[in-house]
Amino acid sequence: MTFRKYLVLAGVTVFAAAGDSMLSHGMKQVGNISVHNIGSLFLAVSNPWVAIGILLLLAFFASYMNALSWADLTYVLPASSLGYVLLALVARFALHEQVSPLRWAGIALISGGVGFVAGGPSLTHHQDPGAPSGSAHSNSVGAAGPRNQQQVRVATGGKP
Amino acid sequence: MRHLYTWCGILLVVSFSVVGDVTMSRAMKQVGDLHALRQRFGIGTVICRIFSNSTFFVAVAAMAVSFFSLLFSLSWGDVSLVGPAAASLTFIGNAFAAKLFLREKVDRRRWMAALLVAGGVALLAG
Repeated sequence: MTFRKYLVLAGVTVFAAAGDSMLSHGMKQVGNISVHNIGSLFLAVSNPWVAIGILLLLAFFASYMNALSWADLTYVLPASSLGYVLLALVARFALHEQVSPLRWAGIALISGGVGFVAGGPSLTHHQDPGAPSGSAHSNSVGAAGPRNQQQVRVATGGKP
Repeated sequence: MRHLYTWCGILLVVSFSVVGDVTMSRAMKQVGDLHALRQRFGIGTVICRIFSNSTFFVAVAAMAVSFFSLLFSLSWGDVSLVGPAAASLTFIGNAFAAKLFLREKVDRRRWMAALLVAGGVALLAG
């Protein structure tokens, strides 16, 4: 994992949380939208908070796609779930809302989950169909390990 | 009866959300590392590759259906039930689907992460 990849995961987390917050704030200003007056939905986009929220959610989607291009889904989803924690912390310390003990317990569980997945490999490397038996391994050397590479070099007369 | 509708709605949200996430993951793996591609060929090629991938459009469609299912579920049930239940079950469903369809190595560490995050989301949003 490089610094750039951590930055992409941070982008997924922050853009989703910020986008949801802005959209929620903007839609509360716009008010209720009736099914019979669907045109007001398009007017909602003219609200600056809604517009910024949509832009942030587009940035979230781009970061999410970027993260999925080099990491497993089961790595990206828990790793980027810190956004829930971020929202709760913003609610407590910036908006001065009350956060119940149950919610603090939720924050602790999510942080624990992120800690579990963050220490592991980010991508499953699949073996070639012709390779010897065995399931896929995460970031393992597998059949192309040092010992096997040495055997291949001997068999090919030292050529890699 | 209303309770049944709510849980059917939650099931729909979770199913389409999992399909969306799994197909998006598959599409992005087919496209390749976006950063490396952008450095080698430029942003135009990256965009062309993404928009020429049919799996990407399946993923976007599934995500859109999931979003509208969520809206319908919210009109049938309480947000305090629908929100946490859908989010938590999606984490668990994604772990199963990634193992089955993407052949990801979901080891004990990842199962623990999925379960802890699912439980945490349920507590946080409940």
